[in-house]
Amino acid sequence: MAEHKKEIDQVTGIETTGHEWDGLKELNNPLPKWWLYMFYGSIVWSVIYWILMPSWPLVNGYTKGLLDYSQRAVATENFDKAAAERAEIGTMLLEASLEEIRDTPALLEFAMAQGEVAFGDNCAPCHGTGATGFEGYPNLQDDSWIWGGDLDTLSTTISYGVRAEHDETRYAEMPAFGRDELLEKEEIIQVANYVGSVAGLPTQEGVDLEAGKVIYEENCAACHMENAKGDLETGSPNLTAPTYLYGKSVEDIIAQVNAPRHGVMPAWIDRLGETTVKSLAVYVHSLGGGQ
Amino acid sequence: MSSQVEPIDKEEDEAWFASAAKVYPMEVKGRFRKIKWAILFITLGIYYFTPFIRWDRGPLLSDQAVLVDFERKRGYFFFLEIWPQEVYYLAGLLIIASVALFLMNAIAGRLWCGYLCPQTVWTDLFFRVESMIEGDRRKRITLDKQPWNAEKILKKGTKHFLWLMIAWWTGGAWVLYFADAPTLVYDLATGQAAFSAYVWIGILTFTTYSLAGHMREQVCVYMCPWPRIQAALTDEHALNVTYRYDRGEPRGHLKESKKRIADGLPAGDCIDCNQCFYACPTGVDIRKGAQLDCIQCGLCIDACDSIMTKVGKPTGLIAYDTDDNIERRERGEASVYRLIRPRTVVYTAIIALIAGVMLYAQLNRSMTDLSVVHDRNPLYVQQSDGSFRNGYSLRLLNKHNNEQSFTLSVEDMPKGATLEVVGIHKNADDVTKDTQLSLSVDADTTRSVRALVFSPAGVEMPSSLPMSFKLVDTETGETTVISDFFRAPGK
Repeated sequence: MAEHKKEIDQVTGIETTGHEWDGLKELNNPLPKWWLYMFYGSIVWSVIYWILMPSWPLVNGYTKGLLDYSQRAVATENFDKAAAERAEIGTMLLEASLEEIRDTPALLEFAMAQGEVAFGDNCAPCHGTGATGFEGYPNLQDDSWIWGGDLDTLSTTISYGVRAEHDETRYAEMPAFGRDELLEKEEIIQVANYVGSVAGLPTQEGVDLEAGKVIYEENCAACHMENAKGDLETGSPNLTAPTYLYGKSVEDIIAQVNAPRHGVMPAWIDRLGETTVKSLAVYVHSLGGGQ
Repeated sequence: MSSQVEPIDKEEDEAWFASAAKVYPMEVKGRFRKIKWAILFITLGIYYFTPFIRWDRGPLLSDQAVLVDFERKRGYFFFLEIWPQEVYYLAGLLIIASVALFLMNAIAGRLWCGYLCPQTVWTDLFFRVESMIEGDRRKRITLDKQPWNAEKILKKGTKHFLWLMIAWWTGGAWVLYFADAPTLVYDLATGQAAFSAYVWIGILTFTTYSLAGHMREQVCVYMCPWPRIQAALTDEHALNVTYRYDRGEPRGHLKESKKRIADGLPAGDCIDCNQCFYACPTGVDIRKGAQLDCIQCGLCIDACDSIMTKVGKPTGLIAYDTDDNIERRERGEASVYRLIRPRTVVYTAIIALIAGVMLYAQLNRSMTDLSVVHDRNPLYVQQSDGSFRNGYSLRLLNKHNNEQSFTLSVEDMPKGATLEVVGIHKNADDVTKDTQLSLSVDADTTRSVRALVFSPAGVEMPSSLPMSFKLVDTETGETTVISDFFRAPGK
């Protein structure tokens, strides 16, 4: 091995490292020792870290580390902690009436926040993220309700659902006037046109609306009432409202009278619990259509 | 094959890294030492005692003059109270601080590094403790060289103990800026304080002890970015601690110089006593000119001045001067000191401008505020009477120390339009729709509410109507108007 001769750079007076690239030589300006020790220290630290913490991926799983640390466990712990922190206001919510929640700013703010999240998770798939509904799924923003839009009614509807598998569920079924041959085809056309005229829709030409009115009074008024404004008690929709659940034209009405479609809303009380249902009722009420 | 890259053996390997040569600064007396002592006492006094200053803000808020309250999301600085959305004050302060640093640099070089930087101040304090226990430069060098005996163990032990105490006190003062100081001191003493308080004291104790006790000038030379930045900011008129080589060279010991003068040869005032080098806390020989390691603390000026006085020569061989002036004097021209230059004027103007803007913002700081967010989905809802409804999320801010009542109204809507706020109504059964509503916000907090605006029935609405919410503080009359839109399907 050739002996390395010390070479001093003429310009700076500093020793070179002996490395040369295309005539360029590197000066040996030594790094501070402590810097080197910090580098060694970080290597030592990384080994300690491997031993203590989860680190190396294996074919099946990974090395767990002596401290048994898991981000998932920490997340669960934080979740439980947050739930415990919410327990106090949750109890207040449980004890307060819906009106009290609405009128107490602190409870209202909490219920609105909880209700919004619960709505997004559970209600939005059918009623839409903006609660404006879709065909067959009621719009919760407007002031037209099938079962009623005051706080207690909303709470009942959310708790037990509509035509759901719960003993206390809301239930209403309109007869299939056409399919079950309760009315003749001509009569269905007449009554549908009459309902259309009440709702302010364009009616079909040459239809006897007076005959339709008679049929309405005999067959429909019991539930939808004489003035066609519906009945919240029996869940009979308002036929004069600007929103129709299954389409707003005389043809749609004919289809509905012939063989009505009936939506189902699940009962949420067992799944979400009373506190969340209360928050949801307050939230839905606050959207603006609440009565 | 003759390779020019030699394999490096172990001995060579050592040469890639060098232990820092320990610096043993000599104690000096003089003008700059006095200035540094004064600044040390003032700055450390501010740091250690500020948390205990009280400032009355009423019964609900903290009475600590300077406090960062993370829990309640408030910052307090004497008369200032800062909410999270006002953190731009902090940005303003940081801009002023950095431009002030530039200004200092333009006037007299590294004034910050030499006198004000915490690293310098604490290191200076630690040096003082060291020389009190172990003696001055020569004694310390001797002590380090001597074998470990009772005396060395006692001296070193005492020094490190005192250093740790100062470091610990430093960490202890730090946490007092984040909680009520007297309460926290009691809690810390009785072991009831939050775990994070002890952790932070531990961290600050460690950093102070290692940075001021052990790392010292290494921090300035290797860790700190400012020496590099300031080197790019300086100009030929910035005053710097300068060895006046025009007067000092050729240097030589006193006897040599006298002999040279007797022989009719030129002789400078520098007697090559190395006192400037011994006094330097970063181990710099100032006679080699401006260099990165020099923090310009002025201690070499004191060291040199006292020697010059002893040998009967004028002081100021090392002084705040510029290289430009030295060259001028060598050409036989007079020295020039230009304090007012474009850059000092511009820096001062920037500081004044930002300070002015901040002061204006502070004097006109609103005590109440309102933010409005229109519902995105749906933009509007048609009511069964054919009218339209828009929903808005409102947040009302009350910075007053007491509950404040407000009236909220909608402006620029067609006649007959009404406003409803969820949870606000005149009597228990009835939801109140009105053109104007009263509501209150608790002391020093915000309240978010949902507001619904209804267009009058039978009125044709455009697809987008500019309107606004008006919030009036019923007590002070402070009015906030926030513009938004009322949406409808339009024609």
